[in-house]
Amino acid sequence: MDEFILEMRNITKLFPGVKALDNVNLKVKSGEIHALIGENGAGKSTLMNVLSGIYPYGTYTGEIIYQGKECNFKNVKDSEKTGIGIIHQELALIPYLSIGENIFLGNERAKNQFIDWDETHAKARQLLKKVGLKEESSIQIKDIGVGKQQLVEIAKALAQNVKLLILDEPTAALNEEDSNNLLKLLLELKEDGITSILISHKLNEILRVSDYITIIRDGATIETLKKDDKDLSEDRIIKGMVGRTLTNRFPEHDSKIGEIIFEVRNWNVYDPIVDDKKVINNVSINVKRGEILGFSGLMGSGRTELAMSIFGKAYGKHISGTMIKDGKELVLKNVRQAIDNGIAYVTEDRKSAGLVLMQDIKSNISLANLNKISTRQFVDDHKEIQVAEEYRKKLRIKSSSIFQNTGNLSGGNQQKVVLSKWIFTDPEILILDEPTRGIDVGAKSEIYAIINKLADEGKSIIFISSELPEILGVCDRVYVMNKGEIVGELSRKEASQESIMKCIMKSDMEVT
Amino acid sequence: MDVIKNIFSKNIRQYAMLIALVVIMIFFQIATDGILLVPMNVTNLILQNGYVFILAIGMTLTILTGGNIDLSVGSLCALIGAIVGTLIITMKMNIVLAIILALVLAALIGMWQGFWIAYIRIPSFIVTLAGMLLFRGLTVTMLKGLTLAPFPESFQRISSGFIPDVFSGIGTSLNLTAILVGVIISVLYVIVQLKNRTRRLKSNFDVGSTTFFAIQAVVIVFVINLFFYWLASYKGIPIALVIIGVLIVVYSTFTTKTVPGRYLYAMGGNEKAAKLSGINTNKVLFFAYVNMAVLSAVAGMMFASRINSASPSAGINFELDAIGACFIGGASAYGGVGTVVGAIVGALVMGVLNNGMSILGVGSDWQMSIKGIVLLTAVAFDVVSKMKSRA
Repeated sequence: MDEFILEMRNITKLFPGVKALDNVNLKVKSGEIHALIGENGAGKSTLMNVLSGIYPYGTYTGEIIYQGKECNFKNVKDSEKTGIGIIHQELALIPYLSIGENIFLGNERAKNQFIDWDETHAKARQLLKKVGLKEESSIQIKDIGVGKQQLVEIAKALAQNVKLLILDEPTAALNEEDSNNLLKLLLELKEDGITSILISHKLNEILRVSDYITIIRDGATIETLKKDDKDLSEDRIIKGMVGRTLTNRFPEHDSKIGEIIFEVRNWNVYDPIVDDKKVINNVSINVKRGEILGFSGLMGSGRTELAMSIFGKAYGKHISGTMIKDGKELVLKNVRQAIDNGIAYVTEDRKSAGLVLMQDIKSNISLANLNKISTRQFVDDHKEIQVAEEYRKKLRIKSSSIFQNTGNLSGGNQQKVVLSKWIFTDPEILILDEPTRGIDVGAKSEIYAIINKLADEGKSIIFISSELPEILGVCDRVYVMNKGEIVGELSRKEASQESIMKCIMKSDMEVT
Repeated sequence: MDVIKNIFSKNIRQYAMLIALVVIMIFFQIATDGILLVPMNVTNLILQNGYVFILAIGMTLTILTGGNIDLSVGSLCALIGAIVGTLIITMKMNIVLAIILALVLAALIGMWQGFWIAYIRIPSFIVTLAGMLLFRGLTVTMLKGLTLAPFPESFQRISSGFIPDVFSGIGTSLNLTAILVGVIISVLYVIVQLKNRTRRLKSNFDVGSTTFFAIQAVVIVFVINLFFYWLASYKGIPIALVIIGVLIVVYSTFTTKTVPGRYLYAMGGNEKAAKLSGINTNKVLFFAYVNMAVLSAVAGMMFASRINSASPSAGINFELDAIGACFIGGASAYGGVGTVVGAIVGALVMGVLNNGMSILGVGSDWQMSIKGIVLLTAVAFDVVSKMKSRA
C-alpha cells in the first residue's frame, strides 16, 4: 500500500444559499499526479481553496489529514509552511517586479531585513534552470509571456520546498508548446517526489500525465478512476462528469419561434490590450424571434467577448463584420445605440459590472432607461417608484422596499434587479451572460420561468451558460464555442451533454 | 418609529453633521457671549465663506464621479481675479462684459483639464496639481507680482451689496424685504413638500407618519424665518447670498432630479455598470471639470470683489477648504455618495469653527490644527459606521 500524503474527509462548505461542497472525500497518494475534474461550478476550486487555507479552518466542516497529521489551516501562510503550494488560474505575480523578486516574494533571501540580492538571483537562477525557463532572473514579469509566468509560479512554489503542488487549470491560457513543456515539467517533478493535484478541462492532457482521476459533480465526489483501468477513455470521463439525471428543474416550455430577427456575419474581434490577439474569429450567428438561443463552451471560450462586442462595442478592438436586424444592416457605435436599437446585455458579473451596489433597487432598475421616466431631462420620481414597484412585484424581488440598497440583497434577488433593469429597456434581443451563476436553485428556476415568459412575448433570448444542464433544459438551439470560434450548432434534439462536450474536444484535437 | 429610524440610518451622516453644526454653534454662542449669532456676524459669516460654498458645490460634483478632487480651484480663483482685474481696472472694460468673458475663459480652462482627465484618463490629482502650479504661475505673471486695486464700486457690490429694502421708511429698523422673502420661501417650501406628499399618497406609497412630517416642516420653517430675521436686523439680504442661494437650489435640483445628475452618482457608484447602461462616462467626467472651473470663476470674482483687489496670492488653500467641506458633509472619497446640501453643511461647520475661534482670539495656527482634526473625525466616523453596517 502506498502512503497517502493527503486525505480530505467529508468536507462540506456552505456559501449563503448554496452548498458548494457536500461531503467531499479526496485521497491523494504520495508522489503521484492526481487529476481533479468536473464541470464549471462543480466545486473543484472551492475544494482546493479549502485545502490551501483560503477558506480558513472553521468555515467548512470535515477534516484534512496531511502527511499523517490533521491540519487546521487558518490562512495560506499556514498551508505554505507545511509544503502545500497552490497556483491559481489567475496568476499571483507582481508585473513590475523581477522574476527573482517574485520567486522569493514573502520569503525573501535577506539578512537582518536587508535583501541579499546576490543570493536572491543565484537561487532564482537555480530554480529557473530546474523548471526549464531560460530567462534572466532580473527581467520583469510583465515582459514575459503567460506560459513562462506559469513556470515562474512553479519555481516560486519550489522555493518554498513544496511537497504538494496544486495547479488550477494551468494550461487554460497556454498554447500547445507551452502546455507540453508544463506537463513535461510536472512529470519531472514527480520523479523528484513532488505530488501534484491537477485541475483541468483538457481531458487529453489529463489522460497523458495523471495517475488517478477524481471526478467531482455538484459539490460531491463521484468516483476516482485509475490510470490502468481498462475502460479509461475520454468518453468514460465525460460520462462521469455529466452523468446526472435531469430532474424537473426546468419549467416546461414550448417556444413559438418566428423568423430570423438578428444576424451577425463574419464577426472578428481583437483583444483590447494585446494588439494582435484575435479573440473572436469569423463568427456568424443568427437568432429568431421568440427563440431561446444557447451559447455553450468553457470559460474563456469567447462567449462573453462576442456578446459584449455585439453590444455596442463594449469590448474589443478592430471589430469587423456585419450585423443585420430586421433585414437591415445595423451599425452600433456605442452602448447607448445598442440599447436604443433594442439590444440588452445582462453581464456575467453582476456585482462589479451589473449593479451600482451602493444605490437602491429603484435607481438601479431605472438606470439604463432614465429617459423613459423623464421629461426634459427631469426624472419623475413618482413614475420611477411606480416602475420599480411594478418590477419588484412582477419578478418577485425579495426586499424590504424598493429603497433597499442592492448591495444588501442575495445573489438571486440582485440578479432579478439586473433583469428588471434590462427588461425595462424593452429589448427585442436580450443577451443573458451566466444569469444563474452563484444563485440558489430556487431562484434559478424563477429566472428560467422569467426567460420563458420573455420568449413567449416574442423577445429573442441569447443565453450564455457554462452549466450544460441548464443550456439543455432551457434552450431551443445551441451554439458551441471554443477558442473564439463557433465549433458546433445543435438543435434541441441533437444537443446533449455528450454531443456538446464532443464538439469542444473535437475542436481541441484539430488544433493539436 | 421604524420610519424615523429608517430615515435616520439612511441619512445618518448628514443628520449627524447637521447636529454637529448645531452643537458647534451653541458652543460658540455661549463661549463668545452671544457674539456668534449677532445679526452682523451672521451676515459676515456668509460673506466670509461665500467662496467656500460655491467651490464646495462644484467639488461635490467632481467627487461624485469617483472621488476625483480638483486641486487647482484656488489658483484658478486667483487667475480669474487677475483676469477681471486687468480687464476692469487696467483696461476699463464694461463690468458685465468682463464677467461674461471671465466665465467663458474659465469654461475653456475647464475643458483643458477635463480633456486630460476624462479622455486621456490621467488621474485628476495629477492634472489638477499641474493646473494648480500653472494657474498660479500665470496669475503672478499677469499681475507682475503686484496687487491690482481698487475695483469700481459696482463690482464691489457683488460681495458687499445688499438687496434694497422696498419698504424702507416705514419706521422700523428691520429690513422688511428680508422678512417677506423669508416668509415667501417658507410658504414655497411647505407647498412643495405637501405636493410631493400627496402625490406619493396617491400612488399608494408609504410616506411616513404625519407627525414626523409636521415636526420636520415646523422646524425648517422656523429656521428659515429665524435666519431671515437675523438678516433683516442687519442690512438685509446680501447679493452674494442670492448668488449662493440660487446656485445651491440649481445644483441640488440638478444632482438629485435630473438625468445627468443621476449619471454622476451612477458613474461614481460603479463606472463599469454605468458604461454598460449606456452612459458616456467620459462625457460625465469632462462636464464635472468644466463646471468646476466655471464655479471657480464665480468664487474667484466674488473673492476679488470682497478683498477689492486682484492679488497674486489670492485663493491659496481654497481647494482644501472646499474638499474638506465636501468630505465633512458626507461625500465618499470613492465617489457615488454625497450631496450639495451636505457640502454646504460641511462648509458651514468649517466656517463657524473659523469664525467662532477668531472671535475667541484663537490663533490661526490652532484654527488650522482644529480644522484638521474635525475633518479626520468626520471621515473616520463615516468609515467606522459603514464598517458596522456591513458587519
